[in-house]
Amino acid sequence: MTDAVLARTLDEDVIARRGVWVTVRRRVLFWLPLAVLAVLLLMAIVPQLFSSADPRACDISASARPSSPGHPFGQDLQGCDVYANVVHGARASLSVGLVCTLIALVIAVGVGTVAGYVGGWADSILARLTDVFLGFPFLLGAIVVLNSLGKRSVLSVSLVLAVFSWPTLARMVRTTVRATRDAEYVQAAKAMGFPTTRILSHYVLPNSIGPVLAVATLTVGGVIVAESTLTFLGLGLRAPSISWGLQLATAQSRFQQAPHTLIYPAIFLAATVLSLITLGDVLRDAVNPKGRS
Amino acid sequence: MSDEVLRFEELTVDFTVGGTTQRAVDGVSFGVRAGEVLAVVGESGSGKSVTALAALGLLPSNARAGGRISFGGADVLEMSRAELTALRGRRIAMIFQDPSGALDPVFTIGAQLVEMIRTHQPSLSRGAARERAIELLRMVEIPENRLKYYPHQLSGGQCQRVMIAIALACDPELLIADEPTTALDVTVQQEVLDVLLAMRSKISGAIMIITHDMGVVADVADRVVVMRKGAVVETADVHELFDHPTQEYTQALLDAVPRGGPRESTSVDADVAALRIDDLVVEYRGRRGRTVQAVGHVDLLLNPGEVVGLVGESGSGKSTIGKAVLGLAPITSGEVHVAGQALTSSSASDLRKTRARIGVVFQNPAGSLNPRGTIGQSVGEPLAVHGGVRGAELRRRVEELLDSVELPGAWAGRYPHELSGGQRQRVSIARAISLDPGLLIADEPTSALDVSVQATVLELLRSLQDRLHFACLFISHDLAVVDQVCDRVAVMSQGRLVEQGDRESVLRAPQDPYTVRLLEAAPVPDPREQSRRRGLRLAG
Repeated sequence: MTDAVLARTLDEDVIARRGVWVTVRRRVLFWLPLAVLAVLLLMAIVPQLFSSADPRACDISASARPSSPGHPFGQDLQGCDVYANVVHGARASLSVGLVCTLIALVIAVGVGTVAGYVGGWADSILARLTDVFLGFPFLLGAIVVLNSLGKRSVLSVSLVLAVFSWPTLARMVRTTVRATRDAEYVQAAKAMGFPTTRILSHYVLPNSIGPVLAVATLTVGGVIVAESTLTFLGLGLRAPSISWGLQLATAQSRFQQAPHTLIYPAIFLAATVLSLITLGDVLRDAVNPKGRS
Repeated sequence: MSDEVLRFEELTVDFTVGGTTQRAVDGVSFGVRAGEVLAVVGESGSGKSVTALAALGLLPSNARAGGRISFGGADVLEMSRAELTALRGRRIAMIFQDPSGALDPVFTIGAQLVEMIRTHQPSLSRGAARERAIELLRMVEIPENRLKYYPHQLSGGQCQRVMIAIALACDPELLIADEPTTALDVTVQQEVLDVLLAMRSKISGAIMIITHDMGVVADVADRVVVMRKGAVVETADVHELFDHPTQEYTQALLDAVPRGGPRESTSVDADVAALRIDDLVVEYRGRRGRTVQAVGHVDLLLNPGEVVGLVGESGSGKSTIGKAVLGLAPITSGEVHVAGQALTSSSASDLRKTRARIGVVFQNPAGSLNPRGTIGQSVGEPLAVHGGVRGAELRRRVEELLDSVELPGAWAGRYPHELSGGQRQRVSIARAISLDPGLLIADEPTSALDVSVQATVLELLRSLQDRLHFACLFISHDLAVVDQVCDRVAVMSQGRLVEQGDRESVLRAPQDPYTVRLLEAAPVPDPREQSRRRGLRLAG
């Protein structure tokens, strides 16, 4: 019924001027998160633009002091400027979050698509494989791997986190691909003798990736926090590295005495995740022809 | 009028969709008389289902109703939630289209029947409710040992009969059946309609049946309400309606019902058959290693330019044959030749070339087009992939193809969801003929469409076939449609071909008992013929 109404009310000139860009251009919910992410990204690349203070120049006598002139966000337990730490921590946190999610997504799409599309024994083997990773205790695994690695960089931490976060995504990819595989338009494409790669790239993936991307944006936030868990156990990025995760980890035990040391980094983390989710939603709707205006 | 159970007076229903208001029902007035079977007939979007839902207060939350629906002296539209709950099931019962979806899969049908009885008659003991459940099942001709069965253990027709039993549990004053047999095979449809009509003498209430099928109307109705675009077009006695329709639309609707007629055969004699199937067996591996034979030892031959209808009920294996030719079903044994090329012994690249010579049109026009691509992309894709056509040349060819299926070339930029069902099916056809195929496989191409739309799509297929001379394997459950488009007919039942031959000989003088049964079960839009057949069935 709704479809029929739409079909009737569509003007020819509307068809000419519509696409992802035209749809997205007029939406506040597209520009707002994009602006926030741009600022955060700039912060990660050139932190000096935002804070001239040295995050490592600490005044132990001013431990856990709330905001004061020169220290807008106050000072942490060691007396370091919280604002400078938040600004300088953006680089490590954003890189870990984005790199890890990207690696996990690539593995998940690869494994999930093969398992879902091919099915049969390939599906069984890959399903058991993901189960092994899911069943392995995350912390134990991280401890073993990170301890044996020795040197810890953003990349190695991202890799370890990715190793443990791809199975959930892969399961989702498998489920959505499976549902799409049996859709009639995929059958039609097979019947017309199109190559498998084309069927996957033009038919299966575009129609099944939406929910996976939504979960992936959520993963970014989870990974940034997970990095802090590792750091808390002395396994993540080590001081003198600076990251939001590190700040949150040290601040959480003193939340009652010095709430500002927790709140400010948390706001930045929340803003990042929220922007990514909103941007992801808007783009997902825009890429889907049915969501376009 | 006093003898009317239910009366709609100037009913209007407005839907708010994305900020705009659409009128789905516009000033509908008619009544259902006690003891009668009233058929409400119309095409999709005519507002017939919405009208019925309004009578039960079941409209979705974005709908607003106006006017009056009087039932037993009260206005249904004014009723509170509690009053509506008391009304539904006890005084007005409803049966929906999809019987297996309407039953709860985790409870036995006995438990569901008993629950229904006890909800509305709490005074009844469990044992008495069980007795009543058995009695109801017997009324719809289901053996009482089925009480312990789960819905998935019953066939579609049995499920629908259980739904009728549940609906009748409280002896309602009105039974509303919304397309009760649309999802069922013709022979099963006949059983369900027989049960429904038999109920009429056993219950006191009236039956309002909503359908798009003129054959069903002729079969069961006393009176008919014809609806179109939310308004009542005509209300008449069933004989009068079929004999002397007063409205142009009713006439058009009756004319659109496919009927066979003499037609020139378009078959071309040639050395190489367009499709030759020799002793084809298709087996699927079921659960626990059991093999299920979907198609058993079928031989079929299509000459170039010939349209062959493959008829059968669901599960007969007719679609599987089409799929086996398309490479979507495994060929267990036997051989399929497409234009002389054997499918099982071909190399992968030969197979791809052969596939490019087969066009395919699927049943569901909404599902068979990629929702992410424009219709121009969908139509042009086979050309781009198999023919390497690109750029301006591709755009020109796409426009030509759209033009040949009578769609504006400028529509290439539209997405499938912006088209109606019939238009989408035209796009599918354009895509199927894009590579000038020698063979077209059409799997129930019109069964998801309204009759008037079906008529135009069939005509299009016919005229394209006349022009392009492709051979066509036309898979359908609808004998009338097959009668209209095919040169030869093959009838399938339980994976085997039971009869094949000329259209005239198979459909006018069938030899196999199954074909005879199939032909008799298919309702024709003629109330006299239908009551004659019913009389014969009940007597015999």
